[in-house]
Amino acid sequence: MTSNMIPPAIIFILAALLIPFLKGKTKSIYMLLIPVAAFYVLVNIPYGNIWTYEFWGYNLILGRIDKLSMVFGYIFTIMAFLGILFALKVKDDLQHVSGIIYAGATLGVVLAGDFLSLYLFWEIMAVSSTFLIIASRTRASREAGFRYILVHLIGGLFLLAGIVLYVQKTGTIAFDYIGLTGIESYLIFIGIALNAAAIPLHAWLPDAYPQGTPTSTVFLSAFTTKSAVYLLVRTFPGADLLIWIGAFMVFVPIFYAVLENDIRRVLAYSLLNQIGFMLVGIGIGSQLALNGAVAHAFCHILYKGLLFMAAGSVLQMTGKIKCTEIGGLYKTMPLTCLFCIVGAASISAFPLFSGFVSKSMIVTATVNEKMILVYLVLQFASAGVFHHAGIKVPFFTFFGHDSGIRAKDPSWNMILAMGIAAFACVFIGVFPQPLYNLLPFTVNYIPYTGAHVVGQLQLLMFGALAFALLILSGYYPPEIKSINLDVDWSYRKFGRGAYIVMDKGLNALNRVSESILMGSVKGVSSFFNSAAAKIALFVSVNVWLLLGYRDKRLEIKKNQLYNDMIEGTLPIGIGAAVAISFILLVFALT
Amino acid sequence: MKKELTLFDNPKNVKILLITFYCSLVVLLISEFFIHPHPAFSFEHVKGFSAVYGFFSCVLLIFLAKILRLIVMKKENYYDK
Repeated sequence: MTSNMIPPAIIFILAALLIPFLKGKTKSIYMLLIPVAAFYVLVNIPYGNIWTYEFWGYNLILGRIDKLSMVFGYIFTIMAFLGILFALKVKDDLQHVSGIIYAGATLGVVLAGDFLSLYLFWEIMAVSSTFLIIASRTRASREAGFRYILVHLIGGLFLLAGIVLYVQKTGTIAFDYIGLTGIESYLIFIGIALNAAAIPLHAWLPDAYPQGTPTSTVFLSAFTTKSAVYLLVRTFPGADLLIWIGAFMVFVPIFYAVLENDIRRVLAYSLLNQIGFMLVGIGIGSQLALNGAVAHAFCHILYKGLLFMAAGSVLQMTGKIKCTEIGGLYKTMPLTCLFCIVGAASISAFPLFSGFVSKSMIVTATVNEKMILVYLVLQFASAGVFHHAGIKVPFFTFFGHDSGIRAKDPSWNMILAMGIAAFACVFIGVFPQPLYNLLPFTVNYIPYTGAHVVGQLQLLMFGALAFALLILSGYYPPEIKSINLDVDWSYRKFGRGAYIVMDKGLNALNRVSESILMGSVKGVSSFFNSAAAKIALFVSVNVWLLLGYRDKRLEIKKNQLYNDMIEGTLPIGIGAAVAISFILLVFALT
Repeated sequence: MKKELTLFDNPKNVKILLITFYCSLVVLLISEFFIHPHPAFSFEHVKGFSAVYGFFSCVLLIFLAKILRLIVMKKENYYDK
């Protein structure tokens, strides 16, 4: 059966390349069928290691199929479908292609059973998601995209270095539970934690995600962080460090979320807060806690996607997304408003909504482990989540002061995508058992007890009372056109200086990489140099074609790029270093 | 174009909403006496603990956020300078 099935990641990535050649309805139907085909494969594959290939004496495993990888495989495929549906009417192939490749690479990461294919898909994720950020084609998005890719390439290097040492130590590229033991495990941990946006490696997320287009941010919100959460569940369950990182993460971002003016930045900070809950669950590492972390990731992808869809609809229809500029939109966007409230109720973990049945597993796990402090922090954060994501987002967008904007609800496909996500949030909240059946361990957990429902409702409703009283008394921090400094200040304020340092530093890295291998593998290194130029040329020419460059202008661009690459005036040090590291890896192992 | 909703333009409706909200708070407090409790920690034996904790969490959140704003808030063009 499996021999004639293609790995879902490959389906996505190959299918994405054909998109620019299709038009109209055919194109829409084709794009929607991609996740459907991948889902069909997922449903029909047996457990175990499948799609294994021999590569330079190593066993690549493209399909490690067990309950843990499957639950993430399902939700990522579902979210890819919703994201594609939401973006169906976008007339920009760059977004479609990179979004679908991004989703495919995420599935590749989730199903990978070995480090080499994991790393490959990991880097494809980083690159393809960058295109989603710069797809807005504004100066701000280009700059944020540049910072984003730099941060992720550096994270990728940590991961790669860890992998090299790990493989050297164990003699195999296969991986499963690692645990924080030696230097290699810490390097791998840092690489993964950066993608999970774990504090203090988080600043790239609120910096870059809000710069995406109305539709691309929906993709971004789902994949990178939650695939890292999956990897942490797989490789570092029970690492105490994660409890403290997680507790810090549920706590600190909510202050920023309260202050932020840009709705999508509010959502980005609340994303960090939600990941914090998952990390606490992974850090505790009991069966209940891990189930909770996985279930919460599953629910979170849906309701956070829904909230970003609602915010995207507002941005699409009004061109605005800042609290100071919008308000009173319920009058003409009632459906978007309704779906946003469902998403807000879900993230706030209201009974009968999805967050309630997943987050409470993590909270209960802290009770079982007698962690009073962590429990109190999580409860504080739960009230705080309701405050900023549950009330603030819908209130300032759809109610609050009337901005006078009279935008309509968005097109049918966007409404449908939000409708499906909203339905799923309510369905999971009312009937949690189907989700519980998917979780890695058997679930003996009952979310709906009288004490739990009343306790949670008290927590939330009296939090709402505080909000109401503060708003009515005028003590609530007013909406102000502003930005709030975060850790990214450290590499942004000195932006130009840092760029020069990086430029010099990375090109130096280039030279060092070359000189290391001077002599014995000189040919290999120059091959990588020109290969890098050729690959860059191939990718860029396609992008330029999509952007509408033709003939002479295209020719000039091509020459510029090729010369820059060959003469090393571009900071391509990272690419070369990655390539050279790979060769070193091979040398070290043979 | 469809007629727009004006539900909350009427102060009477806002008042009804607020009264409903306050009533639901009272109902929540009373209902705690009629359920089988299973407190997580000893301090949760106190009736209404979650309510008090939720309320003061949010007040503290706003209070600290206001202080944080003094430190981190900058003009929108801060990074472009």
